[in-house]
Order: sequence, then structure tokens, then C-alpha cells
Amino acid sequence: MSELKFVGQSCVRIDGKVKVAGAAQFIDDLDFGPNLLYAEIVESPHAHALIKKIDISKAEKYPGVVKVVTGKDVPFKFGLYMHDRYVFALDRVRFVGEQVAAVIARDARTAKLAAKLVKVEYEVLPAVLDVDTALGKNPPIIHPDLGKYTHVPWFFPKADTNIAHWRKVRAGDINKGFAEADLVLEDTYTVPRYAHCAIETHGAIGLYDFSDRLTVWTASQSPHTQRHLFAEALSPLGLSHKDVRVITPFVGGGFGGKAGVSMEILAAALAMKVKGSPVKVLWSRAQEFYNTYQRQGVVAKIKLGAKKDGTITAMEQILHWDAGAYVEYGANVVNAAGLSATGPYRIPNVSIDSICVYTNLPPGGPYRGFGYSEFLFGLESHINEMSRQLGLDPVEFRRKNAIVGGDKLAYGSKMNDNGLLEAIDKVAEEIEWHKKPVSNNPKKAIGKGFALFWKAPAMPPNAASTAFLKFNEDGSLNILVSAMEIGQGYQTVMAQIAAEILTVPLNKIRVELPDTDRNPYEWQTVASHITWGCGKAVERAAIDAREQIFDLVERALGKKRDSLYLDDQKVKSHAEPEFALSFKDFVISGIGKPDGTYRGGPIVGRGMFMPEFASALSDPETSQGGKPNVHYTVGASAIILEIDKKTGKVKIPKAVLAVDVGKAINPELVKGQVTGGLLQGIATVLYEDMRFDKNGKLINANFSDYKIPTAMDIPDEVVSIIVEVPQPDGPFGARGMGEHTMIPAAPIIANAVENALGIRIKSMPITAERIALTLKAKEK
Amino acid sequence: MKKKMINFNLNGRKIAVEIEPQLTLLEMLRDRLGVKSPKCGCDRGDCGTCTVMLDGRTVRSCLVLAVEVDGLTVTTLEGIMKDDKLTPIQQAFIDNNSFQCGFCAPGMILSATELLKKNPKPNKEEIQEALSGNLCRCTGYSPIIDAILEFTKGGK
Repeated sequence: MSELKFVGQSCVRIDGKVKVAGAAQFIDDLDFGPNLLYAEIVESPHAHALIKKIDISKAEKYPGVVKVVTGKDVPFKFGLYMHDRYVFALDRVRFVGEQVAAVIARDARTAKLAAKLVKVEYEVLPAVLDVDTALGKNPPIIHPDLGKYTHVPWFFPKADTNIAHWRKVRAGDINKGFAEADLVLEDTYTVPRYAHCAIETHGAIGLYDFSDRLTVWTASQSPHTQRHLFAEALSPLGLSHKDVRVITPFVGGGFGGKAGVSMEILAAALAMKVKGSPVKVLWSRAQEFYNTYQRQGVVAKIKLGAKKDGTITAMEQILHWDAGAYVEYGANVVNAAGLSATGPYRIPNVSIDSICVYTNLPPGGPYRGFGYSEFLFGLESHINEMSRQLGLDPVEFRRKNAIVGGDKLAYGSKMNDNGLLEAIDKVAEEIEWHKKPVSNNPKKAIGKGFALFWKAPAMPPNAASTAFLKFNEDGSLNILVSAMEIGQGYQTVMAQIAAEILTVPLNKIRVELPDTDRNPYEWQTVASHITWGCGKAVERAAIDAREQIFDLVERALGKKRDSLYLDDQKVKSHAEPEFALSFKDFVISGIGKPDGTYRGGPIVGRGMFMPEFASALSDPETSQGGKPNVHYTVGASAIILEIDKKTGKVKIPKAVLAVDVGKAINPELVKGQVTGGLLQGIATVLYEDMRFDKNGKLINANFSDYKIPTAMDIPDEVVSIIVEVPQPDGPFGARGMGEHTMIPAAPIIANAVENALGIRIKSMPITAERIALTLKAKEK
Repeated sequence: MKKKMINFNLNGRKIAVEIEPQLTLLEMLRDRLGVKSPKCGCDRGDCGTCTVMLDGRTVRSCLVLAVEVDGLTVTTLEGIMKDDKLTPIQQAFIDNNSFQCGFCAPGMILSATELLKKNPKPNKEEIQEALSGNLCRCTGYSPIIDAILEFTKGGK
């Protein structure tokens, strides 16, 4: 490959000006004129109850109210991987805050006042607020119809129980593996629920116009998936996919929370009931906490066996996921985590049970890390304990068992080539692992923590990306994809990929935000797959445009095709050094002939990518036989903590993270993901904690009581290290890394706390209070 | 409730508007006057994304009633640009990747602008403190702090 001019450069973001000038429009910034209606949602006060009666008569009569809608008006099921929920709760509510009805009014205040007049009669049922109750003896059954739900073929729900999905992985001979071990260590680790806390809340506006088409503007990572789910759910009303249009302006942070369909179904369904008027549903910060997806809690029982020399011989893990009231998306988190719960280790004998459990808490779902952040806390804490008890260095122990390209994964397929060992070595060097940190302040203790991480994109085997690339008269480009800008900077990355192939500079490339009428199909902006999958589609679209250009120049001007190449926005020829034809002279107009006719016409490139080698089908008892994951991105991370022994307060002098990105298309954007993702992860260990009362109500649904980090709460130094072992099927060798930076944060901190103070805290979060109390208990 | 007429200066323009007394400054700016750079992130003063300047000092516009700005000067991000050009601090945000999704950027830039006006050479701790009322979930803050530090060093 010749020298790269755009790919690998830290090009300035092409969405910089629109964002720092305040010109970027987010969902709530769009204007819909005086015809806009507002919906207020009537919510369940109970975690589990039967709906006996809904009286809307008073609310309907309230001045300014246009319509009151209940579940009976739109009795449609929806869901991404499993149809387990309705637009509104129909006969049963399953979490506090669940939507029961909506009041649509001419202004938001009226809707709010009138919503209080809707009277709902409930028969309260016993609520299931934790996995132990859900799986215990004769528990209340949250979904009595579970056996009838439609779902993807790789889910295994257990009818008449609260088990929505059970992913089993079996490899080798687990008993033999433990028999071979010199040390077998068992423990249980607990991770609570967390909230994404994008600063922009969810919002959606639906309009069912008089031509019978439905347009929905959403703050979403998934415009095409939303179109599909809206069309599917509302098909009884006569809608087809061509009638549904989803438009997504800039999104103010996603982190998985704006993937799939959550509250947006309300705007789509309500619009169908007020034809001709746009209707807006905007979540408050409190609703953002309790009625979107939350990160699922997990209780992880881990049993690990290893020989004296540090070779891991067997692993058994039982993961009980608190998946909440509906699992249409969350069950796939459980699935992905189950498949990969060995972590990035070579383990011959494996038994994993990853169990998705319904509870009467808000629906669980995707959050940056997609299950891996959750299980890695226990796993990497346990790996440290194992090495300590074996008398081995925790980094050496990890290195010895670290997975390499060609190793067999627990479900049978082969691991992709990767730079895990390089990442381990570079992080160990950067953090000066072999130097024991000492505090010169007797009140403080210093410790270091280390962890590995991995993650594969969790997606259906046929998740596809497409790209159109259109030239304009002046040789500038518009790239149409349906990836979503959620902060990661994909517009710049897509532009760099196209620029590299077509030699058009970034200031002449615009990457359009999604509109499903105009931009071609993209599955979703999730799974850290956009740089890889959508980037490949853009690369192919650019190559398609380039080949059209070569074809045309050969046909119209008789130039030897094999000699043609692109340089500086011109077609040139190795055979004729003086030949140079500017794009602007032909990419729309075509090439003129002496007789006044033209050849060619507007150049439009098309590219598509779908991983044709993936399959989610395998033996349900062992997971052997398929290829559920396209590849893994791996890395290592470490931290230095300084802990006040009296207060437990933690200071972070340094954090390091190395990730094998295949090829960094834009190194500064990679660094941005490391800095941001690490802090988001650190916050889940040190600050954040979702608290529910005994009735299942979230009691800290605001930023005063659910503390996310401020500018005062950051590490003194974050070092990001880029490792590049190419991904053969990625654009220029790139693979994704956006979620990964959050995944190791919890265990590096837990391990550093242990290193500093000799205490092993096995449940998150590890707040200052928790550290201080644990230390005090130990000293007694 | 009886409406009230107020007069104030918004981004260099004189505004006279009749409003309900319960309207917040944020609601008036966004819904009545169409000024959309201040965002609503929490509606209770926690997140800072609704930050605007009132007579040169930053306030949370979700916590200020619109009637309170009668006779005062309100500046939003739209108003800090001279001749509609980016200010040097905005440029420093672009150069340092000090934003990702961009939702917090308007408030963050106004807080940074206020800090630099009061203290042209802030150190890292002073910057952290000045920005601590503006939440950002994407960047991890250090690119924002770097932009301000670089700006003060470079004397742009």
C-alpha cells in the first residue's frame, strides 16, 4: 500500500464548527410549528400489578386536551430480539414508571395537569425485585405468556419461569479440568444497575400525515432498526416500511441507551391517533433514569482452577442477570456476555451459564460494554485473587494464559489475530508494574491494579451497513450512511476513508446524518462496529466511484485503464504524465466529445458490507458449532490509586489503557474514546449507584443523588496506547474500540484497592465510604 | 396568570416580550425566542447545559425566571461570537477535540469564557473548579481542560 495521506492522521473533526458554534440541532431543537401537540405519560406507581380499570373521562374533558390514549387503543407488541412488551402496559404493569396511558394536549403544561386526572385501578401483585426471588421457590411469574413470545432463534426462554434466556457454553471436560488444577478458587461478585446519563434525554416526535405516512424524528442510535420496529409493530394499522420515515438529528450522547426502540414507540403510536398533527414526547431527567434501558445488574459465581505454574485448567461461571421487566434487547446482552465470559484467556475446560432473569425493575438493556463491563469486574478481580494465592505476579499470570490468534474460543471457533501480549507489555511498562508504589504520606496508601479486556461486536449475523457517495459539480462529496453521530466522530472517520481513496480533502466532504428516506440501510450504531462495518461500506462505495471514473475516462478519452490513478482530486495516468482531468470537470457533467455529445454523467458510488461468515446458530446445550462473533478487540489497562486510609477517598494519579484497534483511522479520536470511556467506567466503581426502595421505585433519579463525575473527579493523567494488529476485513485494517475503553475500569480499581490496602471488595460500587468501612472492619 | 411585559438585551439586540410569570429563562429563550444553544439536560440546575450569561456572569437558565432578566443583558453562545466568527476559545475546543456529542459544548464554552475573563491565566485546578458545574459524559473532561490550558499558554 502506498503512503496514506488521510487514514492514520489526526484530522480535525468535520463536525467541530457546527457543535462549538451551538448550531448543531438536537431533537428538542427542531421546530414543528403551532400544530405541535405534547404528550404526557401516565405511569405505573407499582412494580407489579394488574390493571383493573382506566378511567379517562375527566382527563378527556380537561380544556386543551386533544386525546387520551391507553393500551387498548394501540394493542401492539414490539421488541428487537423478543416481542415481550406492548406500546402501553395492557393488562399488567411490570415496573414503577411504566407507561399506562398518554394525554395529548395543545401544550405541555395542560398535558401534565390532565395526566393527573387519569384514574387507574390496580390489583397489586407481589413484586420480584431481585434475581434470587425470581429464581426461588414458587416465585410470582412476571410473564405468564413467556412460552408464546416470538424471539430470535438463538434465545432459549423457559416457559412458566422468570428465565427469559439461558445461554449455556460447554467446552472440554470441566471435572477433568478442575481435577488437574493445583488450586481451585470459588467466589461470588455482584454488580448493580447503572444509568447511561447522556446529557441529552430521549425525545421523539411523530407525525402521521394526511397522505398516510408516518414520520418520526428521534434521538436515536438506530434509525433503520426503529423504522423496522415501528413498521412491524404498527403494521395492523396498514403501515408498510415505505410509509415509515425516521429522521435523526444530532444525538446528545448515546452509550447504548439510545439504541433499539424504547420510549420512541410512544411517539410513533400516538401519532397514529392524532392524524395531521405532530406529537412530541420528551423524557424528563427522571424518566430518562427509570424508563429507558438501564445497565443490568449481575451476580456472578466464578470457580477457577489453575496449576502451580499458572496454567488455567478450568472455569465455571454462573451469571444471574437482573434483566428487568422486559428483555427484548437486554437478553442479547446476557447472550453476548455468556459467550465471552471466559475473558481473553485460553481455557480448555469451560462451563458457563448466563441466565437472563425477569424482575420487576426497569427494563435492562445495552450500555457501553454490552455485558462485558458487567462480567469483567468479577472475572478480573478473581484472576487477581487466583494469582495472589498461587504466589504469581498478576500480570505474568494473565500473560501466561492470554489468548492469541488461532486459539480455540470456548464456543469452538478460532480467535482472531490480535495484539493482546503487546498491549499487556506496553501497559506494564507505562505503569512501571514492577516498581512497588510507596506513599510518603502515612495517612495514604498507594496501589496499582491491572486488568485485561476484550469485546466482540454483539450483533445478528446479518447486521449490514450501506453507503452512497455522491459527487457534486465542484468535485465535493456528500456521503450518505445511516450511522449515527453520538459523539464518537464517525463522520470524520468516514470522510477520512473516502478521502484516502478518492483524494478529496476533508473540507470538501460532508457526511449526512440519517434519514431513512434518503440514507441507505444501517443496522444500528452500536457494538463498536461502525468504523469496521460502515467504514468498509464507505471504502467500497469510494472504490465503486473510483472504478466508474476509470471506466468513463477509458471509454470517453481512450486512456489505458490500467495506467489511470487518482491524485489531488484529478484523474492522472502513469502512461501520460501530462494528463490530468479534474473531478469538477466531469463528475456531474460527464466528459464532452468533439461532436458536442457527452459521455458518463453523475458519479454515485455504492458500497455494502455484511459479515457473510457469521452464524448465531449452535447447539443450545454447549454453544458449539456456530460463529456468533465476527472478531474481538482486545487490550489491557492499569491504574495507580492513592487512597486516604481514614476517609477511603480515592485519588487517581495515573491510568493507562492499551487497545488493539487494528488500524487507528484517527489516533486523536481513539484517544478521545480512551479518556472518555475510562472515566465513564471509573464512575461506575467510585461514584455511581442506582438505589431502589423496597417497592421497586428508583429513589435517585437525578444528578444530585446519582453522581456522575465532574471536571474535578478525573485522573491526573490518562495515557492511551494504540496497538495495531490489522483486522483483515476492516477498512485499512481497522476494528472498533469505542465501548472497550469502559470495560476494564471496574477491575483495575478493585485490584488497586486490594493492592493498596489488602482488602478485596467483591461488589460494586467501591465508594469511599465502602473502602473506609471495609478497612475499619478489617482492623478490628 | 397575568402576563408581564419585560425588556432586556439578548445577544446585542433589544427584546420586548410579554411572558407568563412562571416561565423560566430557559423556556423563554428556547420556546419563545427560538434561541436553541442553551439546552435542557435536567431542569434542576445539576447539569449546566442550560448555562447562559446574565450581565456577564454565568447562570443556570433553568433556575432563573424570565421576569428576572427585565432590564438586564442576556448572552448565549450565539452572542459571544464577534462578527459571527468563532472566538479563540471555540477554536481551541475544535483543535483539542474538546467535545464529542456537542450537547454540553454551549454551556461549557460559556463557563470557560467567563473563567478566562475573570482569570486570564488559570491553572489546571482553577479550570477544573470553574467547569465543575457543567457535566460532560463523553470526553472525560481532560480535552476540555487541555483546550483552556493551551489557550492560556499560547496567548491566542
